[in-house]
Amino acid sequence: MSAAASSRAVPRKAGSTVPVLVITAMIMAAWYAACLPMNNDLPQLARVTGLAERYQVSWAIERPVLPAPHQIVTELYNSTVGTRLFRETADGVVLNPRNLVFHAWVTLSATLLGFAMGSLLGIVIAIGIVHSRTLSKSLMPWVIISQTIPILAVAPIVIVALGSIGLTGLVPKAIISAYLCFFPVAIGMVKGLLSPDTMQLDLMRTYNGSVAQTFWKLRWPAAVPFLFASLKVAITISLVGAIVGELPTGAQAGLGARLLSGSYFGQTIQIWSALLFAALLAAFLVVAVTLAERLTLKAMGSRP
Amino acid sequence: MSARAADAKQGWVWQLLVLLAVGSGVLAVVLAHGLAGRAHWSAFLALALALVVTMQACRRTARLRPSNPASQRLADLIVPLLFGAAILVTWEVLCVAVGVPTVLLPAPSLIAARVATSLPTLGADFVQTVIRAAIPGWSMGCLAGFAVALLCDRFDFLRRGLMPIGNFISALPIIGIAPILVMWFGFDWQSKAAVVVVMTFFPMLVNTVAGLAAAGHLERDLMRSYGASWLATLVSLRLPAAMPFIFNALKINATLAMIGAIVAEFFGTPVVGMGFRISTEVGRMALDMVWATIAVAAIAGSAFYGLLVLIERKVTFWHPSLRSR
Repeated sequence: MSAAASSRAVPRKAGSTVPVLVITAMIMAAWYAACLPMNNDLPQLARVTGLAERYQVSWAIERPVLPAPHQIVTELYNSTVGTRLFRETADGVVLNPRNLVFHAWVTLSATLLGFAMGSLLGIVIAIGIVHSRTLSKSLMPWVIISQTIPILAVAPIVIVALGSIGLTGLVPKAIISAYLCFFPVAIGMVKGLLSPDTMQLDLMRTYNGSVAQTFWKLRWPAAVPFLFASLKVAITISLVGAIVGELPTGAQAGLGARLLSGSYFGQTIQIWSALLFAALLAAFLVVAVTLAERLTLKAMGSRP
Repeated sequence: MSARAADAKQGWVWQLLVLLAVGSGVLAVVLAHGLAGRAHWSAFLALALALVVTMQACRRTARLRPSNPASQRLADLIVPLLFGAAILVTWEVLCVAVGVPTVLLPAPSLIAARVATSLPTLGADFVQTVIRAAIPGWSMGCLAGFAVALLCDRFDFLRRGLMPIGNFISALPIIGIAPILVMWFGFDWQSKAAVVVVMTFFPMLVNTVAGLAAAGHLERDLMRSYGASWLATLVSLRLPAAMPFIFNALKINATLAMIGAIVAEFFGTPVVGMGFRISTEVGRMALDMVWATIAVAAIAGSAFYGLLVLIERKVTFWHPSLRSR
């Protein structure tokens, strides 16, 4: 009785675990149900009669129009855990290109390098914009305009142009990623570095604090929460940049290459498993940045 | 009166500097073209002069504090224009004077010439990619996202279930579904529009739901005290309050739509379209054509975005960020 009363007094915050699970289950059910209509025209189903049998066949086709979720997970398992990770070559032991982990690593290394370069560039631009009126008037409009153009379309040019001066592989992809992810960092950091209010800035002035001191003791700490919010956006688009950067070189290595070769050869399950792996990678990266955020903010003494 | 006098006193120095900057920039370009292919010191000297003068002109103009808003707006326009022009001139002079191979980086004049000579091709690509794929896909994706957001608002269970999923999917490289949708919907524009629909759906959903929660408690209580229905509250309070969020999503989606339509064409198209043009001309090393396509894409993307900003100003004129101007 008292428990009921207290729960009415303090309305329990509605959780989202149950709704998320229910809706995920509904999506999965719809997916399995859609497999038959989507694959209906394939020859494997031509002679099968009976709804149950037709569904059973439609969930196990080799190159389906829409693979069933378990087929994707099985393929993902087979191409990561089920394949040898390393291979012995003349140069020693290297990652096995038949293993999806090899492709994920190729993409991930470009993502991380591009993320580091782009974030640094964004921070530097933001510091410049905050401290120089000239830069804020001249550069800021171009930073914003640079985002209204479809930047990813430039990817093939970057690849080919850098390829013509002998730069191939990791660096061109990282540059595309960097170009994509400098923007959210720059915008977020400008906001963050300008977030201390007039009172706090006046206090620094009464202390006779120099520009550098004001920066390190006031502006930078105030900007850190903004920085991490931008970094979360930046790391995901950095991954997109690395994947798209792999398309124009032709299918060589990386998750983007897997997508492309899958679409050339109609290997739908391979495309879906590469997609799933990319999704897992994106989730992992965001979680990593979030963890770094928690640790940093905790070390800086902020309370959640 | 004294403010105007101060304006006049500041006036002629920056005007002179701007004129000098433009003049020395033109001189640098002319010199570079006159001595084409030879890295001549006079072209570089003119370029260096142009850059120094431009920097000073930008500094002076940025520091201006004119008394009337019209000249402030003019000053705010001149500075980025000068900056952009300086970059363009540097690009042109370095490309021409040093003789940078076109494969690496064609000069702006070369790109402009290419745009002028291949207008029909570029126009056909524009229609295929922007008019047929990006804009219909964008409209459908935004409408669908908006509709589902309204459903989420009506049924809280749906909101609690769909929001975490929507946030998660927004962080995924959605562009990767392009090859699948190309298989499903064929090579033509339908598959590109479908990619755009999927890419634009989730930002709209997430932003609209956030926007519908933006109306204050006080105003909601007022509506409740009027005995207003859910629909009346939605139309006269919560949708207007959500408009800044909705326009934010529309603007994000405008860029995403262009990217989606172009990148989806890398996975297979009929022989027309911006993505097709970029990927084939890159293969033929005709980089000036690629840059021309990108220039068109950039102009189209910026125009799309700018149009949305204009509409946003008309719709959300009450928002503090616009009123303070």
